[in-house]
Amino acid sequence: MRRVTWLVPTLYIIFLMLPIYWLLNMSFKTTNEILGSFTLWPQNFTVENYVKIFTDPTWYMGYVNSLIYVSFNTVLSVAVALPAAYAFSRYRFTGDKHLFFWLLTNRMAPPAVFALPFFQLYSAINLFDTHIAVALAHTLFNIPLAVWILEGFMSGVPKELDETAYVDGYSFPRFFVKIFIPTIAAGIGVAAFFCFMFSWVELLLAKTLTSVEAKPIAATMTRTASTAGYELGLLAAAGTLTIIPGAFVIYFVRNYIAKGFALGRV
Amino acid sequence: MRKTRYERAWLFVIPVVALVAFNAVIPLMTVVNYSVQETFGDNVFLWAGVRWFQEVLLSERFHAALGRQILFTGTILLIEVPLGLAIALAMPRKGPWVSVCLVLMALPLLIPWNVVGAMWNIFALPDIGLLGRTLNEIGFDFNFTQQPGDAWFTLIVMDVWHWTSLVVLLSYAGLVSIPDAYYQAAKIDGAKPLAIFRHIQLPKLKRVLTIAILLRFMDSFMIYTEPSVLTGGGPGNATTLLSIDLVKVALGQFDLGPAAAMSLIYFLIVLLLSWVFYTLMMRNEAQQ
Repeated sequence: MRRVTWLVPTLYIIFLMLPIYWLLNMSFKTTNEILGSFTLWPQNFTVENYVKIFTDPTWYMGYVNSLIYVSFNTVLSVAVALPAAYAFSRYRFTGDKHLFFWLLTNRMAPPAVFALPFFQLYSAINLFDTHIAVALAHTLFNIPLAVWILEGFMSGVPKELDETAYVDGYSFPRFFVKIFIPTIAAGIGVAAFFCFMFSWVELLLAKTLTSVEAKPIAATMTRTASTAGYELGLLAAAGTLTIIPGAFVIYFVRNYIAKGFALGRV
Repeated sequence: MRKTRYERAWLFVIPVVALVAFNAVIPLMTVVNYSVQETFGDNVFLWAGVRWFQEVLLSERFHAALGRQILFTGTILLIEVPLGLAIALAMPRKGPWVSVCLVLMALPLLIPWNVVGAMWNIFALPDIGLLGRTLNEIGFDFNFTQQPGDAWFTLIVMDVWHWTSLVVLLSYAGLVSIPDAYYQAAKIDGAKPLAIFRHIQLPKLKRVLTIAILLRFMDSFMIYTEPSVLTGGGPGNATTLLSIDLVKVALGQFDLGPAAAMSLIYFLIVLLLSWVFYTLMMRNEAQQ
């Protein structure tokens, strides 16, 4: 019985790792080897693909662009979600429940529905092809999520904390910054993780709102696939590199991850 | 928690409302605007009433895409939810392996969606992909770019690969929140593992499983990038799900009217079903 329970996650992880291994394997092969033969590991090991990505600005700037708008989006989403989540977790006010559901509905809007109007909206206000445009567009689904997660964490903090602070003579802003934010630091970490995650993986809106200056790495990849023929090795190397920021972020939040996925509301 | 009535709490919510309204209301109004007009380019618009809605609702193309979408979402929910739950139950609760498991399992969730599509494309190619080649070697005639059945198989396996971890992590979070005392009590009563699952774990997991199903439902219903990179909706129209069809109409053919009408119908379907889930979830919570 013990051996069986150990086997299930192991098999699952192997299943998860196989396509990633294949991508990694491809990224160290030459185009000739990829197209000419079927090999389980690179026979002519090459880092050529990676060298190309790190020396060609059209490639590496894609990563820089993505990281810029993702960071901006994360900071913005969490910053505006904090007071809102506090209001939802502590107070009743006219329309609060409807407002909460309305916020959540935006998490349900298919990006494909909004692609074209977004293009027109951001062109009209001269933000097309800027990092700000993508960061703002991604708040559509990240703010509702951040509010949802933070509200869950904040509801877990007893109200006595607020009241004691006021008795001790704290003003609201001072209480919020000095006491409340440190108390829910884990929740903020989790919310930031999710904002990072959904902004990093989204492509449709990011691609629609950019052309050259702010083009994300993911869009660089799709265009290369269609124009420069079939440079699979290069594509695989670029793909492998997009996994690294995510892996990095997961490593930092690994102890909160399970809790965060439950949106702090278990 | 008891909440105080405080109307000025609205001030706390204003930044969120302003940003989301800017991003949601203006584009939504644009879509509504297009959906009731006809255009011949050059910014000339004519009133078209509900014609586009009728056209979309009656078109076989839309019915087919919706049918495929429901089939896809239904299939992945039926696979991912039980599988994710089973894996979460089998995971260790303590020790150094917990972190390793969590980090490795979360990895697919953080890969950009087009990279997921590209990765599975390379992985499943019948000549140079590990999966495609292996399937052909052991005697299956597998080619996902040519045969609709194989395309569907690849699409489903890809989604299971991509998203089962979400269900695992949610269920796992629910499981670790069950106090040890419950298990000890069950042990004293001599409960079998099945009884423990049925009477202790499942009731505690109800809430997280609802969230998991809701999230998976919404996201799989909106899926675009992964299938568009993997199969491009093909072969033929075999894997053209709703979003892919919508983008084909809107950006491919630039039929703004029908595309906008379709967008609204599509959004309303997701909204309605999510609302039903949400209401059921809240009612459940109120009962407890």
